[in-house]
Amino acid sequence: MTDKPVETITTKIWRETPEVDNPFAAADCFCAGYNVYGDLLKNASFIDYLFLLFKLQPPSPQQSALLEGLAIALANPGPRDHSVRAAMSAGVGGSTHPSALIAALSVGAGNLGGAREVFHAIEYWQHCDTSLKEWQQLIENPPEEGRADIWLPMEHPPGFDPNGVSCPTPVKKTLAHLAAVGETVHLNWLQDNRQQLEEFADCPLAFSGVAAATLFDLDFAPEQAEMLYLLLRLPGAAIHALEQEKLGWRKYPFFADGFKLNP
Amino acid sequence: MPVHSKLEMFEDNWRTSIGGWSLEGKVVLRGKDVFTELNDKPWMEYLLFAATGKESPKIARLVEAIWVICTSFPDPRIWNNRISALAGTARSTGVLAAAGSLAVTEATVYGLKPIKGASDFLIRADQRLQEGESLEQIVKAELKQFRSVFGYGRPIADADERVKPMMKFAHSIDCGKGKYVKLAFDIGEYLSNTRLKYKINIAAVCAALLADEGIDPVELYNLATLSFTAGAMPCFIDASNQQEGGFFPLQTSRLSYTGVEEVRHWEV
Repeated sequence: MTDKPVETITTKIWRETPEVDNPFAAADCFCAGYNVYGDLLKNASFIDYLFLLFKLQPPSPQQSALLEGLAIALANPGPRDHSVRAAMSAGVGGSTHPSALIAALSVGAGNLGGAREVFHAIEYWQHCDTSLKEWQQLIENPPEEGRADIWLPMEHPPGFDPNGVSCPTPVKKTLAHLAAVGETVHLNWLQDNRQQLEEFADCPLAFSGVAAATLFDLDFAPEQAEMLYLLLRLPGAAIHALEQEKLGWRKYPFFADGFKLNP
Repeated sequence: MPVHSKLEMFEDNWRTSIGGWSLEGKVVLRGKDVFTELNDKPWMEYLLFAATGKESPKIARLVEAIWVICTSFPDPRIWNNRISALAGTARSTGVLAAAGSLAVTEATVYGLKPIKGASDFLIRADQRLQEGESLEQIVKAELKQFRSVFGYGRPIADADERVKPMMKFAHSIDCGKGKYVKLAFDIGEYLSNTRLKYKINIAAVCAALLADEGIDPVELYNLATLSFTAGAMPCFIDASNQQEGGFFPLQTSRLSYTGVEEVRHWEV
């Protein structure tokens, strides 16, 4: 025997009691004080449990409606989205199913339409809140890291689509819905000031911008928002990868004529 | 209303000089025929050429030694390797294990951030030295702005046991005598005598060795991408070959709960 203290995992999220016959199996699991299999399983919705997991508090009805709406809006970015294309590329080649999700996460993590963009957009909200003047200044003079990072620097204002022409209908509809059901400050301010912000950014608002405003109103920190955005977009990656796996590579674009090697 | 997207010019039109495969069976990398011009290259020289466009047996040999001596410890407790061990004990696949470990090497306290960050710091520090600043001023400014200096200090252990064998190898191929290596050790000497007592770690040594060979931070990052794989793979193999679930199992008592004490009831 040793007097050395046993190493433990410190957590304020999760508590377990052991089964009487097996200390390696939990009898009861508590999330933020709620019995997961004795209470939440019967009484909570998935979205409310998701909120509880991140925030350790149950959501209000408005918060629940906001997260529910955001989850639906993000669940399937569609088969033209970069992250879903990554997943489908796993599918058509007959790669493992987890690799499709790894592919979607890797691509959907980025600065363009991905989770890192949401991370930065929340930082912008933290800095600018509802001051148009602050937004204009930050968009015109974006922050510089000062030293090299593994992430590439942002090449456009976070939350906006540098390749967009005008704000797409699904983005506008999602913003309008979430502003109405959540009745929160920042989404409604964004709804009222979208066009002005788009003028500052010289490009239209994107889903990442709506997601960031929603998660900022739900009091998510940048890193929490980054994680949740990655999670919420995975269903589309999964189902499109499975569909293309069945159809095979012959029915999937290879861009045979579009690839041009410079001499 | 004919409005044009900036993307139209790219539709079915990807132009590149990096390389590709043709239906006629030709493969080109950076303008060279893989089957006739690059076919004799050792893999590390091919990777160096792919990542940087540089052709140098000496740099490739240095990178290879860095991978062996510095980045391939087969210890499943090291956090990136632990992914592979967990994948093995959970009976996942070897490639998924490697992919997970690889993704996790882009860490802050070890791995890719310090590797790229140390290279960036040494190059910036050298520029500022040439502009007349003192080493002390440069290091203090870095600490004030970022609260850390990539390449110095280390979690868990104090000194870095890899520095000596790496430098010994570097000298054996006539590397390790350039200005960045000198600067890296000068900074290490300075920091180890401050209240922080940070010692030089292997990230600064590798960054300096390769900076002296003309490798910049982005090139170093790209070259380092796969560098941890030979450490992670044996951890997967080992855990796969032992009893499933046997890798450091945890009893429920190993959770140290610090959240709300009372049992709460969900309001429907």
